[in-house]
Amino acid sequence: MAERTQPPRSRDEKAAHIRHLLETEGEAVHAQSSSSNARRYDVYEETPTLEDRRSEARAIKEDAIDRLPSLIETVREAVEANGGTVYVADDAADANAYVADVVDHNSGGSNAKSDASATNVSATRANDAAPTVVKSKSMTTEEIDLNDALETAGVEVHETDLGEWVLQVADDTPSHIVGPAMHFTREEITELITERFDPDESVETAEELTRFARDYLGERIREADVGVTGANFVVAETGTMALVTNEGNARKCAVTPDTHVAIAGVEKLIPTVSDLEPFVDIIAKSATGQPISQYVTMLSPPTESPTLAFESDEPISSTRSTDESEEPNANPDRDFHLVLLDNGRMEMREDEQLRETLYCIRCGACSNSCSNFQAVGGHGFGGETYSGGIATGWEAGVHGQDSAAEFNDLCTGCTRCVDACPVKIDIPWINTVVRDRINRDEEPPAYDSLVDGLTPDAEGGGLNLGKRFFGNIATAARLSSATAPISNWIADTPPARALLERTLGIDRRRDLPTFQRESLVEWFEARGGIEASRRRANEAQERGGTADVEREAVLYADVYTNYVDTERGKAAVRTLETLGVPVRVPDLPESGRAPLSQGMVATADRQASRFYGAIAEDLDAGRDLVVVEPSDLAAFHREYERFLPEASFERVRDNSYEVCEYVYGLLENGADPSLLETGAEAAVGDGTAAGEPIAYHAHCQQRTLDLEGPTLAVLERCGYEPTTSSVECCGMAGSFGYKREYYELSMTVGDRLASEVESAETVVASGTSCGDQLESLLERSVPHPIELLAPRR
Amino acid sequence: MTTDTVGRFERSLVDLEVGVERASAADASERIDSMLDDPAVGVPLPFEDVAQPESVDTNPTGDDLAEARTGVTPATFAIATYGTVAIESRPDGDEPVSLYPDRHVAVVAASDVVDDIGAGFERLESAFAAGNSIVFATGRSATADMGSLVHGVHGPGSVDVLVLEDR
Ligand code: SF4
Repeated sequence: MAERTQPPRSRDEKAAHIRHLLETEGEAVHAQSSSSNARRYDVYEETPTLEDRRSEARAIKEDAIDRLPSLIETVREAVEANGGTVYVADDAADANAYVADVVDHNSGGSNAKSDASATNVSATRANDAAPTVVKSKSMTTEEIDLNDALETAGVEVHETDLGEWVLQVADDTPSHIVGPAMHFTREEITELITERFDPDESVETAEELTRFARDYLGERIREADVGVTGANFVVAETGTMALVTNEGNARKCAVTPDTHVAIAGVEKLIPTVSDLEPFVDIIAKSATGQPISQYVTMLSPPTESPTLAFESDEPISSTRSTDESEEPNANPDRDFHLVLLDNGRMEMREDEQLRETLYCIRCGACSNSCSNFQAVGGHGFGGETYSGGIATGWEAGVHGQDSAAEFNDLCTGCTRCVDACPVKIDIPWINTVVRDRINRDEEPPAYDSLVDGLTPDAEGGGLNLGKRFFGNIATAARLSSATAPISNWIADTPPARALLERTLGIDRRRDLPTFQRESLVEWFEARGGIEASRRRANEAQERGGTADVEREAVLYADVYTNYVDTERGKAAVRTLETLGVPVRVPDLPESGRAPLSQGMVATADRQASRFYGAIAEDLDAGRDLVVVEPSDLAAFHREYERFLPEASFERVRDNSYEVCEYVYGLLENGADPSLLETGAEAAVGDGTAAGEPIAYHAHCQQRTLDLEGPTLAVLERCGYEPTTSSVECCGMAGSFGYKREYYELSMTVGDRLASEVESAETVVASGTSCGDQLESLLERSVPHPIELLAPRR
Repeated sequence: MTTDTVGRFERSLVDLEVGVERASAADASERIDSMLDDPAVGVPLPFEDVAQPESVDTNPTGDDLAEARTGVTPATFAIATYGTVAIESRPDGDEPVSLYPDRHVAVVAASDVVDDIGAGFERLESAFAAGNSIVFATGRSATADMGSLVHGVHGPGSVDVLVLEDR
């Protein structure tokens, strides 16, 4: 129930803030967000048209944002033709002033109501009482702090969405865009309502609480002067807006009072009615995992519904003014105002990198799929209004970079939200871009000169030391390996740990990687290089059972595989040779993954070009690039699109493979799995007999690339029966888990993974971080699957 | 449209824990009557030879509406795969009648049950072109904001659908 406060600044403050959230809000948020996420998986799975829908939705948004100015004119004409008004508000103050004005005009202010409704109003509250507004949940009005503005203008505002109402009573802020009060437990709500309202009846159970809220808010709705709603979508052509809810309050707020004000960001406009279909079909699926929400209200206001007068003898159907035979003092026409909010959006539209944010339909799937969000909730992410997932883009666009800064750190770039997003927004990329912009604005740190020589990167001087260190980790790894084992020994001494913690923020509770004296590249050369590898692959081919392909592979020795866990690199080499494929392990430049995760876009860009230059000849020669570390493969398959010319990007992407995916391809081409180190013998080959049970954690980016399947298939063919983890991320995510302020969050997320796999005798993981995390939590070795499969020799 | 569209509609409704019955026009009034909790309000039904039961007040005041336990409305069409009924905002008050009372009884012609959302949108396009408003109502009003799933928040906590078979 913590209030969102000023973002804590120092590492200690951040750590304390996160610890507090883990303790107070974490459990409630986890329960709800992870179950919505699980339901989303199920319903996505059951929807055969899902991918088409996502593409359709994306295309509609791209087109709509492209021609936004003309859509604004179209909707203005349509709404005016229906009898309503459109107002385009530049910013929060403009929008708030307009709404306050509308309320004033419709509550016996300067433009008094007609007799019938005036009687009605006076019957339910005193004549001099404040005008009242009922609201249906709307993040857009949160963005502009409409409630505060109206209250300052003397208006009573009542939130009617139960979650929003709880927040209003608690004087708290939303923690999630769809489930704003997700961070409250039922017990806390009971306490809150009892304290505030002292109800006659018990309000212990969810049913009792709901009934109390229904009765209380029902009265507020019936007596309100104006109803305010958001709008999930606005159809420009017809002036129809879609409101998606489960409770039914949006419709009640829209049609019960005579006056309806809808407030929507300009990005909510879509051209035609048929454009609405994919969104109606997909929004509840992505938001809560429901096939469709209970109410999709599509209003073309002012609607024909009769206005409702309570405590009046008039039948409701007689209040309509369209029928000329009605009494002259029948209620006036319904009044409708559509407020379209700019507040930075038109500028976002011009910003190549932030523009995509405007495609967002605010379903919250990105938050639900985020392991860190599940652990701390939106209040851990900072930001004035929006939280989790796409919030960085929104906050940077509507409230400015400062508001986005704190949240940005909690995005580990795991990419699991990419699969969740119904409009296919590359959310991690937006986070990277904003992180880069924030980096550039930061003050130059005191230790700068210490690393400048050590870490020559393409960034300006303002970058913080920890980021610079992690962004240039390869240089440090090279030096540490060259001086191992002394460097390992020194790094592990208490004074060194204290220094690392103070200067680089590396938590001293975290085990440091142990650097090998002999790198993978050196090992490979020492055993005879490509010549020896060709010979071995040839011998294997002569013995038979190898793949029916003439391939040669280049194994990418990423920093970790090259200097730390050389065993998995060696296992990869032996496996490929055994299956008949000769391997090279050249000393390639870094992929750019490390600087990318620190938001050092220029450095990553430069490294990508350098990498391409170094690998081009191998690709020209038809060699395959085989990658052990999934996050590097993700750089080749995803981010390189941003760095390389299209043709170069496509060449790298189309010719690079995750190591188990590559092995899968070889098995598909006739290689014999029994050449490998197998599990239960009886199960090798067809995977029908029961295999040896193992637990497998795939790595977040590997799953986003759809590469969990091939590893599972290979394991099954080799006589194992793998079960997979359901958590989205291990929580360590490269450098993230090393950082002092995030250590506990990382371990909380890791604990959830560990508890899923701990009962298995053998646990394997594809990623470096995942392996490290699991090894420290389970206190046993967690190898890469390729180490399990590689022939022992 | 598949031949068993209505069957599929019924299965969707069962999954949503919505009551569903089929009836001929001749039996409709009686069937509706058996679904009511009194007091009941409603709007005139636009189906030939089908009348609201006498116990349904089709000319309610605002307070009748607020006190009613059942609201009976026609549905303009229905979507089988989702178990959705499409309720129009009409001057007769379909919208508040379907929304305020705790129980909603929707009457839909079998011929107006369409297969999927695509077919539903074809119907919508003409409605919106005419400036109409429609709500897709699927199952019961629900919230999970109070700690566990509860039905009947701002909208009805129970829903029944009567499918008019001979049209
Ligand atoms: S970015 Fe995508 S997943 Fe996240 S809220 Fe927006 S639409 Fe939903």
